[in-house]
Amino acid sequence: MAELNSKIPKGQLAEKWTNYKANIALVNPANKRRLEVIVVGTGLAGASAAASLAEMGFKVKNYCYQDSPRRAHSIAAQGGINAAKNYQNDGDSVYRLFYDTIKGGDYRAREANVYRLAEVSNAIIDQCVAQGVPFAREYGGLLDNRSFGGAQVSRTFYARGQTGQQLLLGAYSALSRQVKKGNVELFTRHEMLDVVLVEGRARGIIVRNMVTGEIERHAAHAVVLATGGYGNVFFLSTNAMGSNTTAIWKAYRRGAVFGNPCFTQIHPTCIPVHGDFQSKLTLMSESLRNDGRIWVPKLKEDAEKIRKGTLLPTQIKEEDRDYYLERRYPAFGNLVPRDVASRAAKERCDAGFGVGETGLAVYLDFSDAINRLGKSTIEARYGNLFQMYEKIVDENPYKTPMMIYPAVHYTMGGLWVDYELMTTIPGLFAIGEANFSDHGANRLGASALMQGLADGYFVLPYTIQNYLSDQIRVPKFSNDLPEFKQTEEEAVNRLKRLMNVRGKNTVDNFHKKLGHIMWEYVGMGRNAEGLKKAITEIRALREEFWKDVKIPGEMNEINPELEKASRVADFLELGELMARDALHRDESCGGHFREEFQTTEGEALRNDQEFMYAAAWEFTGDTQEPRLNKEILDYEFVEVKQRNYK
Amino acid sequence: MDLTLKIWRQKNAASKGKFVTYKISDISPNSSFLEMMDILNESLVLRGEDPVAFDHDCREGICGACSMYINGHPHGPDKAITTCQLHMRRFKDGETIVIEPWRARPFPVLKDLIVDRTAFDKIIQAGGYVSVNTGGVPDANSIPIPKVKADLSMDAAACIGCGACVAACKNASAMLFVAAKVSQFALLPQGRVEASERVQAMVAEMDKLGFGNCTNTGACEAECPKEISISNIARMNREFLSAKLGAQKPSGSAGGDA
Repeated sequence: MAELNSKIPKGQLAEKWTNYKANIALVNPANKRRLEVIVVGTGLAGASAAASLAEMGFKVKNYCYQDSPRRAHSIAAQGGINAAKNYQNDGDSVYRLFYDTIKGGDYRAREANVYRLAEVSNAIIDQCVAQGVPFAREYGGLLDNRSFGGAQVSRTFYARGQTGQQLLLGAYSALSRQVKKGNVELFTRHEMLDVVLVEGRARGIIVRNMVTGEIERHAAHAVVLATGGYGNVFFLSTNAMGSNTTAIWKAYRRGAVFGNPCFTQIHPTCIPVHGDFQSKLTLMSESLRNDGRIWVPKLKEDAEKIRKGTLLPTQIKEEDRDYYLERRYPAFGNLVPRDVASRAAKERCDAGFGVGETGLAVYLDFSDAINRLGKSTIEARYGNLFQMYEKIVDENPYKTPMMIYPAVHYTMGGLWVDYELMTTIPGLFAIGEANFSDHGANRLGASALMQGLADGYFVLPYTIQNYLSDQIRVPKFSNDLPEFKQTEEEAVNRLKRLMNVRGKNTVDNFHKKLGHIMWEYVGMGRNAEGLKKAITEIRALREEFWKDVKIPGEMNEINPELEKASRVADFLELGELMARDALHRDESCGGHFREEFQTTEGEALRNDQEFMYAAAWEFTGDTQEPRLNKEILDYEFVEVKQRNYK
Repeated sequence: MDLTLKIWRQKNAASKGKFVTYKISDISPNSSFLEMMDILNESLVLRGEDPVAFDHDCREGICGACSMYINGHPHGPDKAITTCQLHMRRFKDGETIVIEPWRARPFPVLKDLIVDRTAFDKIIQAGGYVSVNTGGVPDANSIPIPKVKADLSMDAAACIGCGACVAACKNASAMLFVAAKVSQFALLPQGRVEASERVQAMVAEMDKLGFGNCTNTGACEAECPKEISISNIARMNREFLSAKLGAQKPSGSAGGDA
């Protein structure tokens, strides 16, 4: 069994992080120069960690599969970033942000981590402003805020609808400064294929140079994975086309346990699917729910006419509209958390009230807000989102309501990490979306950017020193060690095996099939029977993939089909683990909705007696079932309740 | 829709490229341009041919990866969008579409439609930042910033670094890209501190990398998917001039880190 020691510091919640920092071992400046750290990924978590570690004096190597670090998918985050500044004087505090996040996660996250996240949130805003991030401001020159789901205060800082872009460019600029100084060596168009363990510790990685196809060995004293989430296991998601699970999946196969793999966030406001050829889904920011009202027709006949195209939404009278979120959840209304909003949309569509050609859409309507505030105010707030919508759907959302439907957006699960963000492999850390730590079973809006930057700027650079202080006598590693050679050989052989299948079906064909299985059985509504079916079908598909996938070209050149195949091969393994995790968790919590476990009103029904733990899965070999380890969640400070947004 | 595609094919940086013509049919007008390319590539793979390599990632117009020169325009015929946001309804049934990579000396072709844009990263590394370390910074609200300045700064900061401005310019000038970053910081008090060093370092790097000069034709602004205004170039020129005129070096250094 893997040993799960969460290393939560003793003491009062509010003192844990302060005490921890006061007591950890540090590395002196002369020694920092001798220590090398590999950071994989250049999104918010990766770029901020690489920059901060380099500023401290460590020698950093930073990798991304994109042509530039600035293109990591954090760039696409729209709405904002939370912080407990209480600039709006509406009663916010570190405790309230902590509490909202724990409650939003349906009591499946670790108290100490979440409190620390809320605690460092304010420093993130300070840091970004100092970097020249152009946040939205009020006329008096001070920072503006907006509201997000699951909170009754306005604590979300934003830069139009491009907050992720601006925060990432801030971190990218800090990273670029360190590249110039020679403290960070940058490897773009490089994809990690495996992690190298020497005497049980993470000591390096194997990467593929995506331009030359060369397989390279890179060594360091510690390895940090900041490689994002695995939502693309569903094929259609709001993730970038290249987002993948390979880095964390290979770490899992080498002994890092995987936390809560089934916890997936289905975001309620995305542009609906429009055809089989569709390659990805586009998110419409949650911030739209500040001013947009969600509804479907009250009458089934109206919904049918709309689907046939004989009735327009603007022709439906006010009293014939069902603002179902306002009806079901009067206290939070359109700003309920994402899991709740997504399920409510699915419920209405399944019951026959959905709109759009497919019936798999609901309306997000701005007419009230436009009447109240004027078109120019709405344009200033959401102009770029409205434009994006119009480009894709070819309809003007100022005149007719937007159509939206839930889509896979984020994965709360990820590599299990302790309080220091270290996985169960010594020297291997996971930060940002790649770890499982802070969002429990559901993430609140504007909290991903907060967590990515918290981990990268303010948490990992401290906690990694507690590990590295031990390593100051360890000389630089040679990548000629037998462990490096062997791991490289395994990576090369796997790629060769893929190339040599020479089957008849394209990678995308398999990926789409996997996506269909995942969405059908491991999506918004899950049940035991479906999950068992999913496991069987994924296994069969995996077998077929290795017999029938067709990859053109050579290994030693730019080969996008080979890149995709290597990623999809890992998704085909991960998908099964997700289904297995969802099947074992006989309860509903957050984004994990098991149809067998719901209240009479259709709300998620947790089972705290049996499932108040993080499920940490351990790889035991290709032919054996993974082993379940449990980190019992001990709620010392918060009273655990049924989540209520009514 | 049935279409004829003339696509630039080039095996790698060392080899010579050429246009290859493909026929493609039954394309939905609601599919995106890149989804049309996906369909083409699926058919090429099934026929045992090498699919067309192109850069793309977010497919929602923000990462700046996609970079196709379509019918003589970077990112195609529509204003203010990237290639990934372009939809096939914009084209006519039976139309011939010519697809090329960005063409500019500082952006060498790596394969087919993929070019190497690391020159942009190098320009940012030369000075596109505020020199602050993590931690120890003042409270975010300690310096009020006029809303107009913050908004103008955001307008400039919206640049996605795709390189369409360079591809559109007959001189392959990177002035709009550099000016956007210079302006973002020059408009904010946090960025003013190093404004003069920044503009000089970034312009010098841009010149060194072989980007051409600006001759005020405005093609960059017209083709920019984020509508970055050419007025940023005017601002950069002012910044550059005043930096050159007002340049004073202290006689000794107090040991501060640059």
